Amino acid sequence: MAADAVARALEGDEAVGRRIARAGGRVILPLLAIALLVGLWWLATIAFGWKPFLVPSPKDVWNELVRQRHLLPGHVEATVVETLEGFGLAIVIAVPVAVAIAYSRVLEASIYPALVALNAIPKIAIAPLLVIWMGFGAGPKIAMVVLICFFPIVISTATGLKATPAEFVELSRSLASSPRQEFAKFRFPASLPYVFVGLKVAITLAVIGAVVGEFVGATEGLGYVIVASGQNANTSLAFAAIALLSLLSIALFYAVVLIERLMIPWAADEQRP
Amino acid sequence: MHALDDIDLTVEENEFITLVGRSGCGKSTLLRIIGGLLRATRGEVRVQGARVTRPRRDVSLMFQRSALLPWRSVIDNVLLPVEILKLDRKEYRRRAEELLAVAGLEGFEDRKPRELSGGMQQRVALCRALVHEPSVLLMDEPFAALDALTREELSLELQRIWSDYRKTIVFVTHSIQEATLLADRIVVMSPRPGRIARVLDVRAPRPRSLGVTAHSDELDRVSAELHELLFARELEPLRGGQPRAASAG
Repeated sequence: MAADAVARALEGDEAVGRRIARAGGRVILPLLAIALLVGLWWLATIAFGWKPFLVPSPKDVWNELVRQRHLLPGHVEATVVETLEGFGLAIVIAVPVAVAIAYSRVLEASIYPALVALNAIPKIAIAPLLVIWMGFGAGPKIAMVVLICFFPIVISTATGLKATPAEFVELSRSLASSPRQEFAKFRFPASLPYVFVGLKVAITLAVIGAVVGEFVGATEGLGYVIVASGQNANTSLAFAAIALLSLLSIALFYAVVLIERLMIPWAADEQRP
Repeated sequence: MHALDDIDLTVEENEFITLVGRSGCGKSTLLRIIGGLLRATRGEVRVQGARVTRPRRDVSLMFQRSALLPWRSVIDNVLLPVEILKLDRKEYRRRAEELLAVAGLEGFEDRKPRELSGGMQQRVALCRALVHEPSVLLMDEPFAALDALTREELSLELQRIWSDYRKTIVFVTHSIQEATLLADRIVVMSPRPGRIARVLDVRAPRPRSLGVTAHSDELDRVSAELHELLFARELEPLRGGQPRAASAG
């Protein structure tokens, strides 16, 4: 009797869970969590009586957002453009390098350690050098994005190309495919899930790269806004810029997820972001 | 220790032979050598007189795993050899559709592999192996990964398809039932190193089934003999090759 009741309760719970999931729980639950955090933050500013220039309350940040609503879109656009241009360029450079690594043991042995070493250099240390070499325009920011995105995309793509399931390689060989056919019809499509893992990691890093680039010398962009508002002790504006950056990262990440779902629907069963 | 030793075998055109043996007897290795995926360290394989050095378009292979490309539809999977061999796609599309219909998959042309059961996927793989009209079909335990009922169903289906699309088939299995059901001749191999131990003729007429039929005596006899051969403690290798049948293939 009790077992039945428990079973029914669990079933009910599961059913409720499913309904919540269907109601876009993926969106609602995170929003609720964020709302809760914002609420706690608000209470803390009231309870501890922090000065706005030290820790602004959510209301201060919102007011600042509204006040700057004509200026901010321009800065958001600047950061987005730097991010996407750098990201695109990183893909264009990284994929051929990954193909070369996957197909040549010699290249793999020589390039890989160099890549790891280069990747270990803190990008923020290179940032001022980029400004010296490329000036104050968008160049250093895009270069920074490329540097930061290159490694994850190369690694994941090369891994994906080498991880072609053995039965596909055997099928390809049994049909006497040329290397080009084997790449185009078997290896590359099979590697796409791996490529997208690299792209998802890289896109989140890309925004960071753009902002770091803006920190060391810029006249626009959200990173610039953060630096400039720091100089004016306008902490609310800094918080607002950070919030916008977070939203931007989330939006770009899920844009990549969406593209993944569209491009490789067949991999959907095994993939979750 | 060689994988194979002293293999001397002639297969006639349009003959269905099965290679049976315990694990490690080299039957899969032998199949891959015939298919040009592996090189024999000594000796040679000839198909229709020409030496085999690498995979050929008239010799088709089918494996235990269907290896259907998940990003292609069923019909596009069947047409894969046509694309790679740069044949006329439009011409072969009709043949692909016909093969799918014969295999009981009419209506599934635009489905994706993940929507099909294991048995259905292997049927697609079989259609793919036949689409470019090979003269020889090499099959390496194609039904081994399926449940017993599906396996039996596909064996019967293969027999049926073979009667429509006659070609030479070399079929590797470690199922006595499959070997008896399908073969004109059964090549029994012994392991370490892989050798031909016996070649059995199966004289039961077709179509054969496993239910109660008029010719189940012959199938039982062959089956019993196979059991005895495969479970004997020492399987004597056949010396000096097997008597050649009249050459044609």
